[in-house]
Formats: sequence, C-alpha cells, structure tokens
Amino acid sequence: MDSGTIITVFDSALRLSIPLLAACLAGLWSERSGVVDIGLEGKMLVAAFAAAAAAAETDSAWIGLAAGIGASVAFALVHGFASISQRGNQIVSGVAINMLAAGLTAIVGNAWYGQGGRTPPLEGPERFREIFLNHSVLVFLALLAVPLTWFLLAKTRFGLRLRAVGENPAAVDTAGISVTGLRYVAVILAGVLCGLAGTDLSVGQSAGFLPNMTAGKGFIALAALIFAKWRAWPALGACFLFGLLDAVAIRLQGIALPGIGEVPVQAIQALPYLMTVILLAGVIGTAIPPRASGVPYVKER
Amino acid sequence: MSAPIDLPKWADTVLVPAVSVVAAFLVAGLVVVGIGENPLTATRWLIQGSLGSGEGLGFTLFYATNFIFTGLAVAVAYHAGLFNIGGEGQATLGGLGAAVVLLKLDFLPGFLLLPLGIIGATAFGAAWAAVPGYLQAKRGSHIVITTIMFNWLASVLSVYLLVNVMREANSMNPETRAFPSHSHIPFMHEALAALGIDIPPSQLNLTFLIALAASFAVWLLIYRSRLGYAIRVVGSNPTAAVYAGISPARITIIAMVISGALAAGLAVNELMGYQHRLLLEFTSGYGFVGIAVALMGRAHPVGIILASILFGILYQGGAELAFEQPAITRDMVVVIGGIIILFAGALDGLFRRIIARVLPRPAFASA
Repeated sequence: MDSGTIITVFDSALRLSIPLLAACLAGLWSERSGVVDIGLEGKMLVAAFAAAAAAAETDSAWIGLAAGIGASVAFALVHGFASISQRGNQIVSGVAINMLAAGLTAIVGNAWYGQGGRTPPLEGPERFREIFLNHSVLVFLALLAVPLTWFLLAKTRFGLRLRAVGENPAAVDTAGISVTGLRYVAVILAGVLCGLAGTDLSVGQSAGFLPNMTAGKGFIALAALIFAKWRAWPALGACFLFGLLDAVAIRLQGIALPGIGEVPVQAIQALPYLMTVILLAGVIGTAIPPRASGVPYVKER
Repeated sequence: MSAPIDLPKWADTVLVPAVSVVAAFLVAGLVVVGIGENPLTATRWLIQGSLGSGEGLGFTLFYATNFIFTGLAVAVAYHAGLFNIGGEGQATLGGLGAAVVLLKLDFLPGFLLLPLGIIGATAFGAAWAAVPGYLQAKRGSHIVITTIMFNWLASVLSVYLLVNVMREANSMNPETRAFPSHSHIPFMHEALAALGIDIPPSQLNLTFLIALAASFAVWLLIYRSRLGYAIRVVGSNPTAAVYAGISPARITIIAMVISGALAAGLAVNELMGYQHRLLLEFTSGYGFVGIAVALMGRAHPVGIILASILFGILYQGGAELAFEQPAITRDMVVVIGGIIILFAGALDGLFRRIIARVLPRPAFASA
C-alpha cells in the first residue's frame, strides 16, 4: 500500500466515522444522565429522512439540518416522556422508537415521492459544500462536539450534576436539583446529536434519503459507546476505529492479501459487534455503565 | 417496577392491552389521514383482505404462526426477567440449522428428515440464545446489548454463508438449493384434502399446529411446572430465588435456551413450510414484532395467540391494502407494532393510572 492509498483509506474512515461519532455522543449524554438509549438508530433514521425531505423542498441544506434535528428531538422527547415522566421501560421504549422510525420513514417517503421511499436527489445548495480538506461543515461540527461534550461534562457544574444524576439521582434530588429536568436536557441533547448524525448521512455524505439507510449504524454507535466506556475522547477513538474497519472492508473487497488470501468483507464487518461482546464479557477489561442508567427515578422512596 | 398501580385482574389482562391497541390504531389512522388517504376504506380493505375469504384467512394464520413463535420466545425470557430482543438472530440461525440438516441428510426418508430439520433449527436457535444467556448469567454482560450484537452477527454470518458457501451452484441469488421435497412440511390445504376436506390453497402449513402445541407447552411450562415456577421466581425476585435454593444463573441460561428454540420456530414455518430453501433476511422483522405480540398478550400464551392473529390480520390485510391503496405500504404494520410496543410496554403506567381513575371504586376495592 502506498501513501496515497493510506490517505484515501483514512479519509474515508473519517467520513464514515462521523455519523457514528455524533450518534455515540448522543448515547453518551443520554446514558450519562441515566436514560438508556437503544433508539439511536431510529432517531438517526428520522433525522436523515426529515433532513433530505426538507432540503429538497427548500433548496437549503441548513434548513435540512434544522428539520433533521427537529425530527430527531421530537422522537427523543417521546423517549424522554416514556422513560422519565412515565417511568416506563427504557429499552422497550427504544425498541418502539426504532420500529416507528423504520415504518414511518418508509410510508411517508413512499407516499410523498413514490420512488420506493427515496427522496428526490439533492444537488447544489441542497447539500453541504466541502469547506476544508474535502469535508463538509457537519464533519467539523461532529468533531467539535467531542471537546465540547468533554468540557461540559467534566469541567462545568451542569456536567457534574448531570453525571451525578446518572450515578445517584437521589443525592441530586436531595440537593434540590431537578432530576427530571436534567434528564430531559440530556435526552434533548441526544436528539440534537442524532439529528446531526442523520443529516450527515442523507445530506452530507449522500445526495438524498434511502429507505433504512442507517443500516445498523446506530447500534455500532452503541457498541462504540460501550467500547469508549461512556467517555467523550475514547468515543472519538472508538468511532474512528469502527469507521476505519468499515473503510478497510470497502477497500479490501475483492483484493487478495499476500499470505492470507481474500479476506471476506463480512469478517471485518463483524468485528465491532464481536469486540463489544468480548469486552462486555470482561475478557479484555471491563465496561461498567453509569450506575443509575436504565432505572426510572421515583421520588418517594 | 415503580409505584405499582393495583388494578382488578380483568382490567390488567384485558383492558390495558385493549386500550393500547385502540390507541395504536388511532395513531395509525392519523398517519393514514396524514398521507392523504381515507382510514375507513383502508380498514375495510384490511379486514376484507385478511378475513374476507378462505384464502385470506389462510395467509392470516400463516403470518400468525410466525408471530406466535417470536411472541412466545420473548415471553419465556420475559418471565425470567430477561429482555430477549435477539429473536431475529436466533431465527436466522434456526434457518441455517434447518438448511444444514435438510441439505446434508437429504438421503434420509421424510419421516426422519422432517423432525431432524425441526430439531436442527431449534438447536441452532437455542445455541445462539444460550451464549448471551451464559454471558449474562456468568459474566454480567447486559443481555439486551449482547442480543442486539448477536442479531447483527447472525445477519453478517448468514450473508457470508449464503454468498460464499451455501449458495446454489450456478445461481446468482444468495439462496441455497431447494430443500428435498420429502422434507417439506405439508400445506394445510394438502393435508386437509387428504382427509377429504376442501379449503382454498394458501401458505398456511402444519407448522400452525406446532405453534399451537408450543403455546400449550409454554403454558404448562410457565404456570404448571417446577421449572416454570423457578423461572417466574427469578424473574420477579432473584434474591428470593437464591434464598429458595434456585440458581438465577442456571435459570437465566435455561430460559434463554428455550426462548431461542421458540424463535427458531419462525424458520420452521417460513422455510420448511413455505419457501422450501434458505434465503437472506427471511426473518424480515418478525422477531421485533414478536416483542409487541408478547407485550400485548401480557406474556401469556392465550394472549400471545390472540395478539398474533391480530398481527396476522394486519400483515395479510396490509398486503391486500397495498394493492388497493398503494400509498399505504406494509410498513404500516411496523408502525402499528412500534406504537403498540410504546403504549403497551413503555407507557402502560400512563394507561393504568387513567384506568384506575376511571374505574368505579367498588370494583377497584374488591380486587
């Protein structure tokens, strides 16, 4: 492999890791506040659809981004209402979000555009321009979210409270701070970041929405979150690693490596899932989630 | 669960799911209105397509068979306090198991091959569920995350095997060759014709009877057996289970094995009963709808059969509806499934609170 190939692979790894990164940080905010979110996939999907549809209607990628974030936050609020206000099962709610997103985007896309659920192809101002090193502004927004997330969580009073709510909500409540309020803020932030992730998929990287275009990226983001042990900088590393695997898999398609032969793409695709299972099994290190994640908070106990 | 809301038993088992379903249909109706179609004519096509003819009814029950298996799979794990969302992956592996047995042992006579194929499917499905079960029981990995990862692993594995290993020679499609004809599970219309009863042909096959038998077996297991009691104790109070000499780790693994075997029933119905070959993505979301079925059926086999028939109606009626009103595709079933999961699973506290407020006091007190 010459240096040109390596740069191309790294470049596409960065591109592929951006939706993962935004969704992973979304999961980080939500779960750090104690709300488990397996609905990242669904939120990304509605965002991708809303962004592409709005960009096509208004000829503006930025309005697309706003619509993507809006749709994703709306779904996030449903999840928040079920898990925070109604103290429902957060995993069940996440499954529901994913199914709703898959079904609704397909039906509405088909009803509106009649092209098997695709949105019209986007071009010109309907897409984000490449502003620096062949990457769009969304890429830099997602990268910027990493230090921002780290700083807010680790260095501010708000971050301390939010982390506390994910570990010991009763203590936060005793201090007179609203558990519900903090968790809603976290869930909405997760919605915003998933909106960014979905918009990057349909308006940033591709020229329109395809049915089920997230294709499991939300779950890889979840895997990356566990891999990063719910921390911002490691999340960047994990997402880049999984993006790199994806880029390498695409690159190696049909190429025989010396001494190994042709590596099946599926073997590389399986790695993120496999690594997560092995990590969770405690064979290589441990991954311990925030203590109160998944547990609804009941005041009167 | 937090702050239990006591309801009379009938309200708990009938009213809460019923209200969830009505609410789900109202929301689905709004979606239909939103895309500019008439929900009332849509409902008429739905009912007519699924129940209006013998053929339609056959298809409805065929789909219901899939939902019974995936619903039972979720329910058994649920009784043990486990949330198995790996039904898709377990059924995928079940399909691989059936295909391996039927294609490798095709020299055996039908009366041996058929049960062996079913055993192959259930064994593979059970094994695929046993690993997350073991990891939860012994290593403390969260079952939800591992079963999600196992779904994707199963999907990647089946793509690899179907494209590179098991594909029919000189065929472009990622499918195996057809299963030998003596290993096909008879269609219902064939079986009944042999008895002199004439029904219109459909995909409905004898797996439907296996699904009913499995429902009865699950009822016996959960409510009438020592193991089922242990499963329910672990599900409601693991600490008490330890005190009673029940090992939660052991029960967790056993419940997952049973759950995975049941999920593989989907492969038996779809592949051995209808497609007669292994193909990609034959699970097509039945595993996830199984969660809705189990939640709606309150994890009880009778409830699961009823919920499965409802989803069978939606699936078959939805296919007919898509012919008549092309704007309403079959994805509507996924939407309704999602709303039912949301209402019956995550928001049921809301409905319980409302029902508790509306119910007359005496009925409440006598419960």
